[in-house]
Amino acid sequence: MKAKFAEFIENAGWPRIIIGLFLLSLFIMTPFVGLRIDNSLTDVIVRFGMNSVLVLSMVPMVQAGTGLNFGLPLGVVAGLIGAVTSIEIGTKGFLGFLTAILIAIPFAAIFGYGYGKLLNKVKGGEMMIATYVGFSSVAFMSILWLILPYKSPDMIWAYGGSGLRTTISVENYWFNVLNDFLKIKIGSHFEIPTGMILFFALMCLIVWLFFRTKTGTAITAVGANQDFARAAGINVDKMRTISVVFSTILAAVGIVVYQQSFGFIQLYLGPFYMAFPTVAAILLGGASVHKATITNVLIGTFLFQGILTMTPSVINNIIQTDMSETIRIIVSNGMILYALTRTVKAKKVKS
Amino acid sequence: MENNVILKLENISKDFFGNTVLTDINLEIKKGEILGLVGENGAGKSTLMKILFGLPEITETGGYGGKIIFDGKEVNFSSPFEALESGIGMVHQEFSLIPGFTTTENIVLNRESLNKNFLVDIFSERMSTLDREKMKERSEKSIKRLGVELDENMIISEMPVGHKQFTEIAREIERSNTKLLVLDEPTAVLTESEAEILLKTIKKLSTEGISIIFITHRLSEIISVCDTVSVLRDGILVNTVKTEETSKKQITEWMIGRKIDSKSESTDKKEENNQEIIMKIENLWVDMPGEIVHNFSVDVYKGEILGIGGLAGQGKLGIPNGIMGLYKAGGNVTFKNINLDLNNPVASLKKGIAFVSEDRRGIGLLLDEPIDLNIAFTAMQINNDFIVKKFGINWADSKKIKKTAKDYIEKLEIKCISEKQTTRQLSGGNQQKVCLARAFAMKPEMLFVSEPTRGIDVGAKKLVLDTLRKYNREFGTTIVMISSEIEELRTISDRIAIVSEGKISGILPPESDPVEFGELMVGIKDEVKQ
Amino acid sequence: MNKNLKKFLINNAVPIIFIVFSIMAIPVSGFSSDYLIQEMIIRLGRNSFLVLSLLIPIIAGMGLNFGIVLGAMAGQIGLIFITDWQVAGVSGMILAMIISTPIAIILGTLGGLVLNKAKGREMVTSYILGFFINGVYQLIVLYGMGKIIPITNKSILLPRGYGIRNAIDLNNIRRVLDDLIPLKIGNISVPVATFILIALLCLFIIWFRKTKLGQDMRAIGQDMEVARSSGINVEKTRIISIIISTILASYGQIIFLQNIGTMNTYNSHEQIGMFSIAALLIGGASVIKATIPNAFVGIILFHLMFVVSPRAGKELIGQAQIGEYFRVFISYGIIALSLALHSWKELKEKERNRTALRESLQKDGKVES
Repeated sequence: MKAKFAEFIENAGWPRIIIGLFLLSLFIMTPFVGLRIDNSLTDVIVRFGMNSVLVLSMVPMVQAGTGLNFGLPLGVVAGLIGAVTSIEIGTKGFLGFLTAILIAIPFAAIFGYGYGKLLNKVKGGEMMIATYVGFSSVAFMSILWLILPYKSPDMIWAYGGSGLRTTISVENYWFNVLNDFLKIKIGSHFEIPTGMILFFALMCLIVWLFFRTKTGTAITAVGANQDFARAAGINVDKMRTISVVFSTILAAVGIVVYQQSFGFIQLYLGPFYMAFPTVAAILLGGASVHKATITNVLIGTFLFQGILTMTPSVINNIIQTDMSETIRIIVSNGMILYALTRTVKAKKVKS
Repeated sequence: MENNVILKLENISKDFFGNTVLTDINLEIKKGEILGLVGENGAGKSTLMKILFGLPEITETGGYGGKIIFDGKEVNFSSPFEALESGIGMVHQEFSLIPGFTTTENIVLNRESLNKNFLVDIFSERMSTLDREKMKERSEKSIKRLGVELDENMIISEMPVGHKQFTEIAREIERSNTKLLVLDEPTAVLTESEAEILLKTIKKLSTEGISIIFITHRLSEIISVCDTVSVLRDGILVNTVKTEETSKKQITEWMIGRKIDSKSESTDKKEENNQEIIMKIENLWVDMPGEIVHNFSVDVYKGEILGIGGLAGQGKLGIPNGIMGLYKAGGNVTFKNINLDLNNPVASLKKGIAFVSEDRRGIGLLLDEPIDLNIAFTAMQINNDFIVKKFGINWADSKKIKKTAKDYIEKLEIKCISEKQTTRQLSGGNQQKVCLARAFAMKPEMLFVSEPTRGIDVGAKKLVLDTLRKYNREFGTTIVMISSEIEELRTISDRIAIVSEGKISGILPPESDPVEFGELMVGIKDEVKQ
Repeated sequence: MNKNLKKFLINNAVPIIFIVFSIMAIPVSGFSSDYLIQEMIIRLGRNSFLVLSLLIPIIAGMGLNFGIVLGAMAGQIGLIFITDWQVAGVSGMILAMIISTPIAIILGTLGGLVLNKAKGREMVTSYILGFFINGVYQLIVLYGMGKIIPITNKSILLPRGYGIRNAIDLNNIRRVLDDLIPLKIGNISVPVATFILIALLCLFIIWFRKTKLGQDMRAIGQDMEVARSSGINVEKTRIISIIISTILASYGQIIFLQNIGTMNTYNSHEQIGMFSIAALLIGGASVIKATIPNAFVGIILFHLMFVVSPRAGKELIGQAQIGEYFRVFISYGIIALSLALHSWKELKEKERNRTALRESLQKDGKVES
């Protein structure tokens, strides 16, 4: 019994257990500080749905052994191109959302291809380089947002001049198209954004199916043991590139899902730090630098977004201070730090 | 001190968890004596040296039995640093040098001459500056003592291999108190002329009173330089004699000298060997670190089991790894009269050549994936087996994978909970069976098996060998088996090729006298033409 | 000769690109040479100490220490206290340094311990460590100060009564070091005292490389295992290198902020790591090798671009913003490029070593023909 408990802790890892218990206590405290638990739950579910596809986009790259995708912003800017272009075209509703995604995908594929080729040349140093590839792509796109000839009055500065606004509302186009699809309302305070959850489920299904194809199986092998894969005649670099392209496309789709729920497109330096909370979420879900599953995505996104949503409301009510931002910084970076220092240890034991 | 004995080992024994590796070793080395230590791999040489140096892995596994008396005192070192302190130096096979440092900096590494300043008193010794003049003096002196030519300002990474070896030795003798020097195969990486200089150096050092333990596989070097030679076999010190009273042949016999057991399986032999060549290997070189192949040629006959033996580090493992495209290789290899594209793993696999690697956990298995995927993987990727095509996409055929895995689990008696268990949880023997199953699932025409019984228990060993033989007989698959254990090769092979220094040194029928194999392994017998 | 030139160009590709860029952009920007020289002198004085603090971990093979933001935070805590206690002038600055030293030692030890657990990926770990400690810093400064840690000077507290304000006026020590020894050459003023301090640091680094400790760090940086087997305490030495870097960075941040004159409590330190590293890399340094000239050349080139590009962007396209984004793009892009080139070179190097070994074996006649 005792041994089993120790094993459970070993498997789950202390940070995960502490954060899980913390979240649980937040939920328990909710009614006592005068908040509605159904309200809080709704918030958590919506934020879960918003971020889920972005977190899911980590899976292919980790599985292929390319490490955590700190270059997520690269996929995000592809999504941004899709989003602003769809607004420029003027398509509305679900069609608009679909247009955004369809335009974003080819851009993401091209970006991802180059990104994958680069990562193949720097095996072992992927994560740091990925971080800066993400940063510089955001800065580069900022220049483009200024000079690209978009014309829609909803997107350019009201006083004229060229360049897109920093935040663009999608209210008149495809705000909440997924959230409102088959929305379930229970009482006046509890809602489930069914459409968004269904869309996430669809994405999970695609990822799940992908890893059941011949190529997907090969990618798993490349990530699990590169030498094994090479000995079995797998073209390691090609598999890595495919997974990077896949991750980048998912990130592009993910940001559009995020925007339709958030209501705004954030341009310029908006996507700058997007990678860190996303990476933290999947690690919180139990993934490591070498292995990530869809279950990790589900658990991690729920825990992470749960903390993010609940701390401001609950903690603020208790101590009358907004510490949520600080807690977010400590939790998310602490989680990444934990993963970075732990895997090396595990590797040592193996050899 | 009576008769100048510098090191005395008394009844040294050691077991790893009940597995005895050294029994009652008694050894004596006098001041200025050169002792040659020989033995096959696994005879216990390195364990003995580890005990002498107090390596942590010895104490962690329960210490050792017996006494070590060094320089008149009983010692029991708890770390190599203590051994160095007392005056035992060691030169390793792989260089332990800082690549970007000069010769001088390496010779005095962590023993630099220092100039003190006031900060030393506040902080520590490490705040003193280096006295480069003095360091240079010291290294020059040490190089001179070796009697070799070394540029003390050269950067290590730009040096030829031989000079690196000399730098290491210079470092060990620079320690003012070095009384005993252990050289672990120092000539293995040297050219012949470099090796000659090294041997001269060794002699020179011994005349200065430094005792030397010289470990090597090259018996001619032992004969030419050592005063005495000790032979280890299976953890027992077989003999210690003066070199002038013995010969290479005798040493070899002591090294190998197992009781010659009659070959039990010979009845199973095929009546007639057909001589159709399935694979022709000519002038193969393979750049596999630690197992470099220089110029290897052999013909493999269709349907035979060819054994390849040899001592560790001589290149036998490089052969399959090179042919399968895992390490850079060159030369001519034809398979069924068609040139085989080297350096391309897919090429050999596609032709129906499979490989079970010696590095089971490294490249043989996906440790965190289930058994069934491990078995089906290569066949799926290379032969498009276990694939169903739906909507134009190649899906893994999980039903067929499961069924095949179950078949092999039953046939090879793989002990597991189910085919979904990860291979990490299996024992070594069962992991090896999974590797074999993956090779079989490819339905290969030819199969390379490298060290198939390494690290697995006796029962599993027999099963693995039986399986290989059965597979060979049933499907006519040509098998090339590489193993360090000659006995094992003799029970299963039709012919046995021995590799020494990256080349073939001879091919023998399995019934040959074990001593003959030994002679080929240490390279003292002229090439035998089959 | 031709070969040497080619090698020189390849090894110094990054600084050369920047020089070319600057030569083209300066005339477009229309800045006067006096203005630019003055700017460069100010920025050299401001940033050199921070950039130089990166050098020692590079010697020890720990790569670019993004963890200097830890030192910057220690320095800022020192500045908060001297502002609270109203200690002015040079003595204020020295007091700030004294306060920040033990904090920097603690943070440096922590950083060293964490990096020892993440060998082989020190850079990304130190980067994340910077973010993590930033959270802790916020916790202390934004919530602890004025509540748990007594702050007497209410004017630096937020209106709610605890937590330090977003911006603190450093009137007490503004430019005290820069103006300590006034010197004016033509229209250009030179912060002599600051430069003397920087020169002392350079001397320290040069001397340090000659010490036993410096030699041990070089050995560890080249081959950790060999260094360990020769008896050098690898873990401890690595921690010391991070501690030294953190302490220097804390002083560097204090010098930086005395020049600026105001402190953004929650932002001033954040970009320090990134800017310092970008400057060093632009100066021609790499992940494994960095010299004092690399630092100075880098600071000048990086800041030249920093000053010039917004104006050049405005003159060319009519939008200063483009220049601003451009310089952000360049600073991040150059780090990505340098890191990528380094990783790529490392892989190539390994391959080349293998081939060289094979060739030497064949030449030695180990392969018969």
